[in-house]
Amino acid sequence: MTVMEQRGAYRPTPPPAWQPRMDPAPLLPDAEPYRVLGTEAAAKADPELLRALYAQLVKGRRYNAQATALTKQGRLAVYPSTTGQEACEVAAAMVLEERDWLFPSYRDTLAVVARGVDPVEALTLLRGDWHTGYDPHEHRVAPLCTPLATQLPHAVGLAHAARLKGDDVVALAMVGDGGTSEGDFHEALNFAAVWQAPVVFLVQNNGFAISVPLAKQTAAPSLAHKAVGYGMPGRLVDGNDAAAVHEVLSDAVRHARAGGGPTLVEAITYRVDAHTNADDATRYRADAEVETWREHDPIELLERELTARGLLDEDGKRAARDAAEAMAASLREHMNQDPVLDPMDLFTDVYAEPTPQLREQREQLRAELEAEAGAEPEGGTHR
Amino acid sequence: MTTVAVKPATMAQALTRALRDAMAADPAVHVMGEDVGTLGGVFRVTDGLAKEFGEDRCTDTPLAEAGILGTAVGMAMYGLRPVVEMQFDAFAYPAFEQLISHVSRMRNRTRGKMPLPITVRVPYGGGIGGVEHHSDSSEAYYMATPGLHVVTPATVADAYGLLRASIASDDPVVFLEPKRLYWSKDSWNPEEPAPVDPIGRAVVRRPGRSATLITYGPSVPVCVEAAEAARAEGWDLEVVDLRSLVPFDDETVCASVRRTGRAVVVHESGSFGGPGGEIAARVTERCFHHLEAPVLRVAGFDVPYPPPMLERHHLPGVDRILDAVGRLQWEAES
Ligand SMILES: Cc1ncc(C[n+]2csc(CCOP(=O)(O)OP(=O)(O)O)c2C)c(N)n1
Ligand SMILES: [Mg+2]
Repeated sequence: MTVMEQRGAYRPTPPPAWQPRMDPAPLLPDAEPYRVLGTEAAAKADPELLRALYAQLVKGRRYNAQATALTKQGRLAVYPSTTGQEACEVAAAMVLEERDWLFPSYRDTLAVVARGVDPVEALTLLRGDWHTGYDPHEHRVAPLCTPLATQLPHAVGLAHAARLKGDDVVALAMVGDGGTSEGDFHEALNFAAVWQAPVVFLVQNNGFAISVPLAKQTAAPSLAHKAVGYGMPGRLVDGNDAAAVHEVLSDAVRHARAGGGPTLVEAITYRVDAHTNADDATRYRADAEVETWREHDPIELLERELTARGLLDEDGKRAARDAAEAMAASLREHMNQDPVLDPMDLFTDVYAEPTPQLREQREQLRAELEAEAGAEPEGGTHR
Repeated sequence: MTTVAVKPATMAQALTRALRDAMAADPAVHVMGEDVGTLGGVFRVTDGLAKEFGEDRCTDTPLAEAGILGTAVGMAMYGLRPVVEMQFDAFAYPAFEQLISHVSRMRNRTRGKMPLPITVRVPYGGGIGGVEHHSDSSEAYYMATPGLHVVTPATVADAYGLLRASIASDDPVVFLEPKRLYWSKDSWNPEEPAPVDPIGRAVVRRPGRSATLITYGPSVPVCVEAAEAARAEGWDLEVVDLRSLVPFDDETVCASVRRTGRAVVVHESGSFGGPGGEIAARVTERCFHHLEAPVLRVAGFDVPYPPPMLERHHLPGVDRILDAVGRLQWEAES
């Protein structure tokens, strides 16, 4: 048969009927952020959990205040505060088992501390004597991540690897509202969903990426809605309601551990302080807006609930405050000591074995430092 | 005739003024980036532009560097002249794909039919006590990419003139702003800015006879300081400020080295695979018979940029520069 004859014989067959690959409805977030405190759901909440959350929130607030004070005193190079976001920070750490992994963004030192990392080690990056101050394997906390959203694919890869090895490990990755605009956010969520990796993505929507409000960041109905496009559930939660955040994250962790795949959680919260101590927030937002959020403060919300249910009295409050003060005093004491620095550390751990060129440079610095030490008394010369 | 008082201005202010004047002169000029609108940029370089020209001309974008530069490519395709801001050196990396695969080679791919007049402003370098990812010297990556101009000012007047020239250029320019010079001051008349040479011309910042310090951006003031200190040693050092790494001004550099017979290249970027290697090779190829000593390099160490408390041991300073000058085989003289 000739080609022309073949063509003549060709009859297009109708395409098979198109089917959606799944029903998107169960993936959709609720219309309203999920709340526990001040609702009927609160009655079911475990009193011990609420008390534990309260103690952590009070400590977290104190930690933020202390770190901010240390920055003013020049003890930290910079501090991105999570004042007002403590519910998300502490819940993220509390929902994880020991074998799980936390992937924090640069703002999340409080979550890192709540996971058990020594506060001084958590703040090393921001003090400026080294980059990552803790051993990531010790508490299963990835290094604080500054290039936005780049930690998210790491969390997916780690969770995937754990599953390949047969371990029931979950990774919880934290990112800001601004970070969701980065390409790495998209790629991480897509991989997670395709691989059904045991990952929980926690987006803290605190209203701003430095000065840029959410309205300029996304046109989506909510950030949680983005989940549907990847084929994973999106959950919207009141990020200042510690009980609600804890419940939603716990559910997502359980779901992931059981092989149900990833979840995207958007926690609605607010960055009460400026972006960092170096930022002037009055340039882009009104104080009145900040004040409205102070009324929806995570500690007060929980305190009201606990008090109403008779789970917290003045003694309980004092105990939480005392524990927070002790933590702050210890942090102050440790951070007020100058870190011991060795300039030769510049050359450590660049490679497993330094290259010959690096060894040369190391010797150059050593010679310089020795000459400097030797020349000190006379001064005047550069050698 | 009115005379305008010549007032001290910072480099950041001169850059703002350059953007403003470029926007006023050409409605095709659009500024975009993270926090450039309402906030005026984290270094305040775009301060007031959104107010004066509206948010369509100075736009707070979503937080996505690949998106910022990628959309700038499309805007340039349609006749606009985008000036994009990358917030910090290390945060320009997500835009690398767009820069390397498209921005640098669109003219070539389209046989000149679709040039991309895009300026990518990148605050770069260390010395400001920044925590990790805030102090990179990324110029070597850009220099190694054909199709990109790479420009960096060291003075207030140059900041204005070179940024205007970069925006006016029909080729893409990576405009590297030395962070730690943002607040450096100089007497400068914004009403009659001194004319600045076109992109590609180096300048002798300090004349001298003994040896040439070849440098750029944040290291220029350090070299000038070193040259002053060197007088005590009996050396009269010339300082050449490259101003533009691509195109490279062989003429000015080689004229200086032929005069002095000795050269040291100084930059913050690492030495291995860094700009100094290219510069030293060019000087050696062209001035071999005038050289009394090998061209030396004083650079940052070949390590990831260190934390703030260690950066002073990393950055090339006066002592390290003078040490290098001391190794330029002066014995041969006597
Ligand atoms: C890739 C990248 N681009 C830019 C920055 C600079 N930067 C640091 S924080 C920030 C805003 C982040 O906003 P968001 O993700 O909402 O987190 P938040 O600061 O509110 O916690 C920006 C633009 C960065 N760190 N990384
Ligand atoms: Mg935010």
